Amino acid sequence: MTLTIILVSMAAALLAGWLARGRSRPLVLLAFSALAVYAFQPALPVRHLDFWLPTVTLALVAASWALTAAPEQRSWRANWPAAAILAGIVLLLGLTRFLPFDAFLTASRPPQTFQIVLAILLAAALTGAALWLSRRSAKWLAAAIGLILALFLVLKVPELSYWTSFFFHKLNQQYSGAASAADLRWLGFSYIAFRLIHTIRDRQSGRLPAVTLAEYAAYVIFFPSLTAGPIDRIERFLGDLRRPFALSAEDLTEAGKRLLVGLFKKFVIADALALVALNGTNALQVRTAGWTWILLYAYAFQIFFDFSGYTDIAIGLGRLLGFKLPENFNAPYRKPNLTQFWNNWHMTLTQWFRAYFFNPVTRLLRSTKKPLPIPVVIFVTQIITMALIGLWHGVTANFVLWGLWHGLGLFVHNRWSERTKARFAVLPPRWQTVLNAGGALLTFHFVALGWVFFAMPDLSTSWHVFLKLFGFA
Amino acid sequence: MDAVFLRKALVRGLGLFAAVTLLFALVPSGLGRLSLYNRVFPGRARFPYGENPAQSYNLSIFDLDAMFASHVINAEPKPADEYRVVLVGDSALWGWLLRPQETLPGQLDAAGLTACDGRTVRVYNLGYPTISLTKDLLILDQAMRYQPDLVIWLVTLESFPADKQLTPPLVANNAARVDDLIARYSLPLDPASPDLVRPTFWERTLVGQRRPLADLLWLQLYGVLWSATGVDQFYPASYDRAQTDFDTDVSFHGMQPPMLDESSLAFPVLEAGLRAVGGTPVILVNEPILVSSGKNSDLRYNFYSPRWAYDQYRQMLADKAAAGGWNYLDLWDLVPAGEFTNIPFHMTAKGESLLAARLQAAIQQQTCP
Repeated sequence: MTLTIILVSMAAALLAGWLARGRSRPLVLLAFSALAVYAFQPALPVRHLDFWLPTVTLALVAASWALTAAPEQRSWRANWPAAAILAGIVLLLGLTRFLPFDAFLTASRPPQTFQIVLAILLAAALTGAALWLSRRSAKWLAAAIGLILALFLVLKVPELSYWTSFFFHKLNQQYSGAASAADLRWLGFSYIAFRLIHTIRDRQSGRLPAVTLAEYAAYVIFFPSLTAGPIDRIERFLGDLRRPFALSAEDLTEAGKRLLVGLFKKFVIADALALVALNGTNALQVRTAGWTWILLYAYAFQIFFDFSGYTDIAIGLGRLLGFKLPENFNAPYRKPNLTQFWNNWHMTLTQWFRAYFFNPVTRLLRSTKKPLPIPVVIFVTQIITMALIGLWHGVTANFVLWGLWHGLGLFVHNRWSERTKARFAVLPPRWQTVLNAGGALLTFHFVALGWVFFAMPDLSTSWHVFLKLFGFA
Repeated sequence: MDAVFLRKALVRGLGLFAAVTLLFALVPSGLGRLSLYNRVFPGRARFPYGENPAQSYNLSIFDLDAMFASHVINAEPKPADEYRVVLVGDSALWGWLLRPQETLPGQLDAAGLTACDGRTVRVYNLGYPTISLTKDLLILDQAMRYQPDLVIWLVTLESFPADKQLTPPLVANNAARVDDLIARYSLPLDPASPDLVRPTFWERTLVGQRRPLADLLWLQLYGVLWSATGVDQFYPASYDRAQTDFDTDVSFHGMQPPMLDESSLAFPVLEAGLRAVGGTPVILVNEPILVSSGKNSDLRYNFYSPRWAYDQYRQMLADKAAAGGWNYLDLWDLVPAGEFTNIPFHMTAKGESLLAARLQAAIQQQTCP
């Protein structure tokens, strides 16, 4: 996100916060967020795709709500305003193609009106079908998760992305030789997918609260956290959404503080560090081990300040709207071990994986007739969980290795901690402090070395960097 | 925390910001002299210049103080056992497409010359990639603060046209210094020229100066990658070779044959430069150019130089050098055509070594009068 978009978002949040009072609150937030889905979407080389992807986002949201909504929340009377807002926004944005300038709120000029009307009708039919199917069988919930994961794979597997782009180029009668895996930049889809799966899984387990379409959609596409999280939980979000809100001086102060801190972290510290951070080019040019470490440290801090800066901005924007979004980072590089690091780094993502993968798989492995030994269960679940977190960033060997690196690290720490915690617990406080400081240093360097896989484009460059770091190249 | 407190804090914050912003315009900042180079990072072997900072780890700035502060010449006061040679010139000297050690000053420095009095010859690259004698004079004027024992000034016809003198961004953005040079040396340059950038009061405030200030900061940050990699320009995998076939046009900066108008050439700026160095010896070099043998090469030596204009320029320069008793080397055809790269002045490392061999002898001769 650019500084301009963030400043416009701040103005929009103030306006939406002022308008979104009383019963219309979910609808106002929905309208602003739906507009943001289009406004934040970057331009794409495939013609009109930067209009269709946000439209598919809204259709997916509506269909997921239809699949998961409690029967008492499905009435047309309660939900037609939200449906009208969603359809109206798509149509209105589509009509901006007749304005005398290039594009208004959309990345490029929208497609033809009849195509947009057809898309709205298709989305309505999909939502209707989802409503109908959800009454028939719960299997459709699993199918919906499968569909979201399939979309995820299309976006994250470079080969699939390429061939999808190739197909779209052909469909649009564009030059297919220009197709690239980078063409499918669907803004915010990763986070939207997590929220959708969260609601579907909670519906399967009977924990999903009853929500209207407006509330559900406002949760999934809530504009402050659309692009970089945090991944809120719907029951917590609803608490803030349904609470009467009037912007107080305290809200304004807290929001201003978080926004200023976030902007400083992102646009001053992270962007400055980005100039000197390790990357695929300078990794091959750097001359000494010492400088390689410095570039790696710059990368480690750049990625932290970049991501936590965006989180601060999201939390600040949320506060302007009366939402206390969950924290995502809590001084992770100061934690004395890897387990604590992951409890304090991208916290909402790790909580999501813990709730929807790690815990269920652990329970499954321990409830078999012949339960596996605990260390084996821990090893398997941690390795697979971290590999999946790696894959979430992109389906490449480097991201998988990054995940495995952390999975292995977590397992080793778990075993070490099991063996030593009783011994360390009785040490005097001064020794505890020394141990914690040493642990933090060790953990930071373990994490920093893991970033090599993250920052490098391929395995051979990663290996080259490891050799350089330890003076072998 | 109540609304009144917030309002007061906001008003005071804005007031303070406005005061600092305005004060910045009134007080000369001198920020360019503050540099991490030569303290935290090694000084750069050549001036900061870069069109693609992300790849070259370098960027163009127009603050001469900051340029010198980042240069290795600013590392420490001149040692007593150093015989200091500074080279001034254009992009050919700066070393386009060449590593610092492959440039002419890099090769001369690596030659390990020793003056007759036993001092070590250290050679500094003060070239800058735009062609204008006024730009050279601007740099030379500041370079004299570093007490050179010998100045080598590389020029070519293309650095002489009067209409080019004020257009390079480094000159245009140093209007006050150019005014001073015009006044000191009575240069026939127009101080009212629209080429010279004269910022308004608002452009001199902190807000108005945000871009140059950010560039200064970025330059310091790129010190990390300069130190780590030794890279200070982007080296493309391939490039287009300098043009060797030409059309029949023989005009030169609006002039037509047969006579090159001396008044359209900046000889007064060259003479001012020779005065600016005071008693420091100068070797004036007519730098090598690509002598093409392609289509219409009977009309032009290269893309920039029609034969009629270049031949007359050489004669004029030789005549003035003889009349003024200048130490002048005309090395225009020293380097074979195959040793030029993307434009008719930029040489390969081998081309630079041919030039370095000639200049080594000249330097050695100068150090042993």
